[in-house]
Amino acid sequence: MPEKSDQDIRIGVFICHCGSNIAGYLEMEELEESARTLPHVTFVQRNLYTCSETGINEIKKGIEEQGLNRVVVASCTPRTHEPLFRSSCQEAGMNPYLFEMVNIRDQCSWVHMREREAGTLKAKDLIRMGVAKAALLEPKVPIMSEVCPRGLVIGGGIAGMTAALGLANRGYEVVLVEKEEKLGGMLNSLHKLGPGMTSAEEFVAQKIKALTDNPKATVFTKAKVTRVDGFIGKYKADIETESGLKKIDIGVIVVATGGKAFVPTGMYGYDGKRVVTQLELEHLLKEGLASDVKNVVMIQCVGSRNEERPYCSRICCQTAVKNAMLIRDEIPDARVSILYRDMQMYGVENEEMFRDSKAKGIRYINYDPARPPEVGPEGVKVYHPLLGKDMDIPADLVVLSTPVVANETAHDVSQLLRVPVDDNGFFLEAHVKLRPLDFATDGVFLCGSARFPANVRETVAQGLGAASRASIPLSKGSVVVEPIISVLADEDACRGCGLCVALCPYGALEVRRTEKGRKVHVIDVACKGCGVCAATCYQHALTINSFTDQQITAELEAYLGG
Amino acid sequence: MLDVGRHPNIDLLAYSEVEKVEGEAGAFKVTVRKKARYVDASKCTGCGACSETCPTIVPDAYEEGLGSRKAIYPLFAQGIPSTRTIDPDYCRQLNGKKCGICAKTCQADAVDFEQKDQILELDVASIIVAAGYDVFDPSRIPEYRFQEIPNVVTAIQFERLLSASGPTGGHVDRPSDLAVEAEIEELEKKATKSAKTLARYEEKHGEDSKTFYGKFLSGEYDDEDHKKWAEKYEDHLTITESLETMKKKAEAFGSAKKLAFIQCVGSRDFRFYPFCSGYCCMHSIKEAIIANEHEPETRSTIFGMDIRAVGKGFEEYKIRGGNKSGITYVRGRVAEITEGPDHNPVVIYEDTRERKVKSEEFEMVVLATACAPSKSVVELSRIVGFELDDYQFVKTSPLSPVDSTVPGVFVCGCAESPMDVPESVAQASSAAERAAEIAFQEDVEKEKAVA
Repeated sequence: MPEKSDQDIRIGVFICHCGSNIAGYLEMEELEESARTLPHVTFVQRNLYTCSETGINEIKKGIEEQGLNRVVVASCTPRTHEPLFRSSCQEAGMNPYLFEMVNIRDQCSWVHMREREAGTLKAKDLIRMGVAKAALLEPKVPIMSEVCPRGLVIGGGIAGMTAALGLANRGYEVVLVEKEEKLGGMLNSLHKLGPGMTSAEEFVAQKIKALTDNPKATVFTKAKVTRVDGFIGKYKADIETESGLKKIDIGVIVVATGGKAFVPTGMYGYDGKRVVTQLELEHLLKEGLASDVKNVVMIQCVGSRNEERPYCSRICCQTAVKNAMLIRDEIPDARVSILYRDMQMYGVENEEMFRDSKAKGIRYINYDPARPPEVGPEGVKVYHPLLGKDMDIPADLVVLSTPVVANETAHDVSQLLRVPVDDNGFFLEAHVKLRPLDFATDGVFLCGSARFPANVRETVAQGLGAASRASIPLSKGSVVVEPIISVLADEDACRGCGLCVALCPYGALEVRRTEKGRKVHVIDVACKGCGVCAATCYQHALTINSFTDQQITAELEAYLGG
Repeated sequence: MLDVGRHPNIDLLAYSEVEKVEGEAGAFKVTVRKKARYVDASKCTGCGACSETCPTIVPDAYEEGLGSRKAIYPLFAQGIPSTRTIDPDYCRQLNGKKCGICAKTCQADAVDFEQKDQILELDVASIIVAAGYDVFDPSRIPEYRFQEIPNVVTAIQFERLLSASGPTGGHVDRPSDLAVEAEIEELEKKATKSAKTLARYEEKHGEDSKTFYGKFLSGEYDDEDHKKWAEKYEDHLTITESLETMKKKAEAFGSAKKLAFIQCVGSRDFRFYPFCSGYCCMHSIKEAIIANEHEPETRSTIFGMDIRAVGKGFEEYKIRGGNKSGITYVRGRVAEITEGPDHNPVVIYEDTRERKVKSEEFEMVVLATACAPSKSVVELSRIVGFELDDYQFVKTSPLSPVDSTVPGVFVCGCAESPMDVPESVAQASSAAERAAEIAFQEDVEKEKAVA
């Protein structure tokens, strides 16, 4: 393709008011005037919301009627809006990679809300830099890659089984890997499920049957994923099974490794006999409680909502209420007291169960974490805030509600798939609000208590949801990846040292033997364009193709030259 | 929203209602009424020129009554599609009066007063109900005096006050102050008008009104014209005097910096909804944190029975709100709100920690209203045939959380039960999965039939 001469570059600058998010804090006329003076800029416009349909149409009109061949939008964050603007440019016939975005909201009007003049100056600088870079942008074509129509689900609890069934019901082959001998996960340790009090065993059995009956699903128990290579659409996984190592090709991966109950060693006299956890109580209920149990005290938030584990584990209150009612059902004259900080009975069903439990005579006593209950040989002593004094409650069984904590396998899986975990050891999704079941890494999805403690209803919903998310690349049959990636710009300079390979967080680089010796190779589809390799390469052999040295230098020069 | 609007596989029918559903899973026939917008969607560019010239001002439901819009309007600034709609209840032309200004303004020739509702027939394999919820009307709780005390607002109204694109540009202005400011604006208009009238007299008689009035009082003039002038001058004085008083008062106005948030307004309340609405604890914390970000001196008190911060990162957020954003959490249910001096709401409550009944004056009170089952979900249940639970949410079972009682009809979000954003997003994906399973099975059946 012939290089465009300087005269051919026609840059349009669209400056967004973002309602008053930007316009309320910056001098918009000044920004517009300053943009008009910049090299190659042939068109400048301000919009109330550039992202609205009206604003988008203005960009398209600019390309079509003004002959723009570079577009700069000065508005909010590229994280949310770059894809929209790019595809709008494409719809108007411009290569989408000739688009550049400048963030004058988050970086100017928001952070410099009280410094109008300085914020305006900074916005001008940023626009000038964006325009300088835009002039050097080059057209690019997205990278396409086939997707292997098979899914891998790691973890055979309710989340994993539901996700696997979801994919199988859509006609995709699915491989489920479970480390234990039996499918079912945490539910195998439970007695009855609230609020409907259905048997956990029956529910698990139903799911297992549906899964094993489905011809599309393959289940490996007592198995472990030991290696995963590749990228969305083209993963290769090694699975250690009882019948030897299996190597399979897969397109997508669902992580459903679940959580486990915290063991409160050394807390409240925990001994596993008179002082037990809710999980151990489930077992006792399954076996049938000893009939001499007359006084039960449950203590909430044991090991959670403290400094070490600041989170609320979401499901322990509903578990306690459910088990308290089951105890009353079994031993009608048993006195059950629940000592709590906040009763987390959110929603319709939980609150209903909470009310029913009060009607059944379960007693609730609020405690202050600054004055926690004390478990003695005869009972539990607690300060009652409404009575304003200490109370001694007799207890022949003390049940500690401990949080769901991250599984130890989470760490291994996180390493294996190169996906992050949060401060509490739970997997970290791509966006806590808008993409709760996706990882930032394409092709890897998440559901169940591996993400955060969830009850059965929520886990089933998430399992189905993860299947839905994972089915998108499978149903499309191919993936299209952003071409903003690392490229070996100077092959001769590369010495094949492999430093970049060791540092790449996405496994997107490998050293290959070539006629010219050992050279690094970029796996296009796996590369996220993070730039670690280019920054590391002391030979300057690698570069990120939309953040070239030339482009960055031009931005700096534009900044300093202003 | 924009993604939905732009997706090639999504046919978006906004401003439309389902009227009839027949058939069964895999083969539903759905009748949809696409209501007349009186604007041709294929021509409208969403430029908004029509709204600027439309003379009819209507209270804006999107701004929760805190702002106004025109009779030709978009639901909100970034709404999808951006096609404008004429409100048939308020439009002068559609109500037989002479107007049509919008049609004259529109360069795209998109206004069509003759447009009629369209009836569409759709063939679909599955149906997803995502009709959301209604906001509980807190005026049903007499002791909270919503709408009686101007500075008692709902959480959603407060949300609009916090919004940079909202009616106050993101300032937490008190509704009582806003009312005074609106009155000032009104009086200023009147003052300008009366000043113009006086100017006409002054020109005609060649002297200024004040001098004339002095002479008039001393009996110099007694003809009709001068009498009228004097009357007008008196009116003008009354207007400007009250304008001055109000302006003086308005000088002291500032954003509300002492806030109370009241939880469980309509929820966990046997008179209304016994269930917990799930998300309100978190939105109160969020609103208090944002208010504090806007004005660092802002102090908030959140009154609740339990603070249910049960989602990922929520407890941490709650604690941070307390430590860094000036939030105090009080364990107790508010019994009553009364009006103190300067329209300040006074909150009467029991502090269960200190075992005392207390009262405290705030500059503004925000009510965390319940997630009320949607009336349109009730209507849809009649049309589609799915069952509702005791509270009129769509009935599901804990083990198949998005399946309604009608095969092939699924539900997600607050139509199913109260839930927050991440849960709604996750559940929407679940419903999509179930709906796609039906469509897939349908395809398999068809292939079998062909084979």
